[in-house]
Amino acid sequence: MALPQPKLDKLAALTAGLALPKSGWAAPARADAMSRLAAMGLPDKRDEYWRYTDPTPLTTAVAPFAAVFDAGDETPLFDAIDRVKLVFVDGIFDAAASDDLTLSGIEIDLLSRVAALDIHWARDSYGVLECRGQLPVARPLAALNTAFATEGVLIRVSAKVTKPVALIYLHKSDGSDVKLHHCIKVEQGAQLSLLENGPAAARFNSVLEVDVADGARFHHIRAQGRDHARHAATHIFARLGNGSAFKSFTLTANGALTRNEAVIDLDGDDAAAHVAGAAVGDGQFLHDDTVFITHTGQRCESRQVFKKVLKNGAVGVFQGKILVKQGAQKTDGYQISQSLMLDDDSQFLAKPELEIYADDVKCSHGSTSGAIDDTALFYLRSRGVPLKDAQSLLVLAFLAEAISEIEDDAIAEDIRLRLDGWLSRHGR
Amino acid sequence: MLNINNLHVKLETEDKQILRGVNLVVGAGEVHAIMGPNGSGKSTLSYVLSGKDGYTVTDGTAKLDGADLLAMEPEDRAAAGLFLAFQYPVEIPGVGNMTFLRTAVNAQRKSRGQAEMSAGEFLKVVREKAKRLSIDADMMKRPVNVGFSGGEKKRNEILQMAMLEPRMCILDETDSGLDVDAMKLVADGVNALRDAGRAFLVITHYQRLLDHIRPDVVHIMAAGRIIKTGGPELAMEVEKNGYADLLAGAV
Repeated sequence: MALPQPKLDKLAALTAGLALPKSGWAAPARADAMSRLAAMGLPDKRDEYWRYTDPTPLTTAVAPFAAVFDAGDETPLFDAIDRVKLVFVDGIFDAAASDDLTLSGIEIDLLSRVAALDIHWARDSYGVLECRGQLPVARPLAALNTAFATEGVLIRVSAKVTKPVALIYLHKSDGSDVKLHHCIKVEQGAQLSLLENGPAAARFNSVLEVDVADGARFHHIRAQGRDHARHAATHIFARLGNGSAFKSFTLTANGALTRNEAVIDLDGDDAAAHVAGAAVGDGQFLHDDTVFITHTGQRCESRQVFKKVLKNGAVGVFQGKILVKQGAQKTDGYQISQSLMLDDDSQFLAKPELEIYADDVKCSHGSTSGAIDDTALFYLRSRGVPLKDAQSLLVLAFLAEAISEIEDDAIAEDIRLRLDGWLSRHGR
Repeated sequence: MLNINNLHVKLETEDKQILRGVNLVVGAGEVHAIMGPNGSGKSTLSYVLSGKDGYTVTDGTAKLDGADLLAMEPEDRAAAGLFLAFQYPVEIPGVGNMTFLRTAVNAQRKSRGQAEMSAGEFLKVVREKAKRLSIDADMMKRPVNVGFSGGEKKRNEILQMAMLEPRMCILDETDSGLDVDAMKLVADGVNALRDAGRAFLVITHYQRLLDHIRPDVVHIMAAGRIIKTGGPELAMEVEKNGYADLLAGAV
């Protein structure tokens, strides 16, 4: 079916200034993504999966401006963690600020550096999971990313790597518009932790494709930038092999618009996938978690834990789906999405979905929204805890289930401190 | 120490008078008990003194060492030395008992201009006091009151009291839901805190608790007023004859 003219016009306007690389190993995948995008068109508010979140700022030809957040003299997140650092400034790799990328058991390449080659292992990965993740729900912004991403990391892990790889996304230009595309292959029995931190740009579109092979483990912790006016559309596409584990946690504080999509296929048997998020917003803030988990293998476990703290007109959106395919027996699926409203002006929109074609499964879901428990607040205050501290304590308690998805205690503590800082600036 | 004068309180949301002129003076080192039938306003009195929302003071005063309690925020009342052991201790999922206790102790120290307790020092003190109340390490790690039995919750209240060392302690039906052994543990915890500088107001339905925590003065409360005051023998009288005679006598 041909796209309506307005959709064609919008796509033409957005892609007019973008170059589709014609050579190199990724060129066929990019051309394919472009043709898929042309068939889908860019999203708009009439699309089912964009009903609650207006994608317009993500699809305009020019990125909306976003002033850079001033963190003052605050210590950057994950600073004390021993890690391999890759720094990107408005999407451009900063070699001088980054660490040496040679590390045993892991191969790290930059998309920009290897793009001209004819052969690269990532040829079999780039855009593959993204393409597969387009069904049954179209994700045009991910196809846009595959076609036009200018940078990204290509990581192949063959051992249990203990040092996390940290991607640091600095944002220095008010009008930057950045697309990063990462491909990660965690080979059989291997292990990797990936940290992501920072806003990356005024407008950021990212795709992270992760293939977790049999018996492999992948742990992902990310903190999105705090620039109030920034816009971000991020996508995680993951495939899990037999007995593998995938865990992803995202902290979002501030941001005019954040759409975090996660598309996870529990392909093998006995695999586990956990996706969690803690989002806090005050004022001009729309945060959208859109998750699609497919249980293909047997005896797999999936967990979705999303918590949002909203005030002053902030909006939270959750669209989470568990699809249990025929034959995916003994599936254990869990999904919880909750919001804590710090005032009467905020909004939480949730759409949990379960679609089950196997008969021996356990799936539960829940969604709530509410205010701070006044009884608990009084109890704390009656013990001498000042109002603001008592509120912070209760907000952190509300977020605790999501934060507990972080395995590393030092990283979890860092995340808690960041939240504490936000609460002290944005508490009642 | 605690000086309540002609206190009148009604519910904020409905025009219902709960306290109708309470007069009470508790001196340092004294233990006072308040008994009375259901709905007489005992719990309301404890909530109003500790600063819970939902009540409107229509007349009267309540002072702690001369300071106007009713004008203070709940946390400031606590810092001034007031403590309420709740009838129904609140469960707070996600907040560890130890974290809660340490936050409370240090918040009070801070507001009094004292240095915060170090983690090591705090741990040492809390372990010793918890042991006396038969509170094990596991209970300290769990979220505040979540999954605690009735007895554990009440012991946890007394532990908080022991750690915060308030000067004016109000115990709101601390004996409710306790078996004999648990009551003894709680009473021992309270008795250990009795000293010349500290006062207690023990709210209870039964004389039983008062066998363990011997009061100096017993008050009978009914229909929002204290209708009779006497010595420990008054509690015995209630136990034997119920409230009916006393209430009839007051009319």
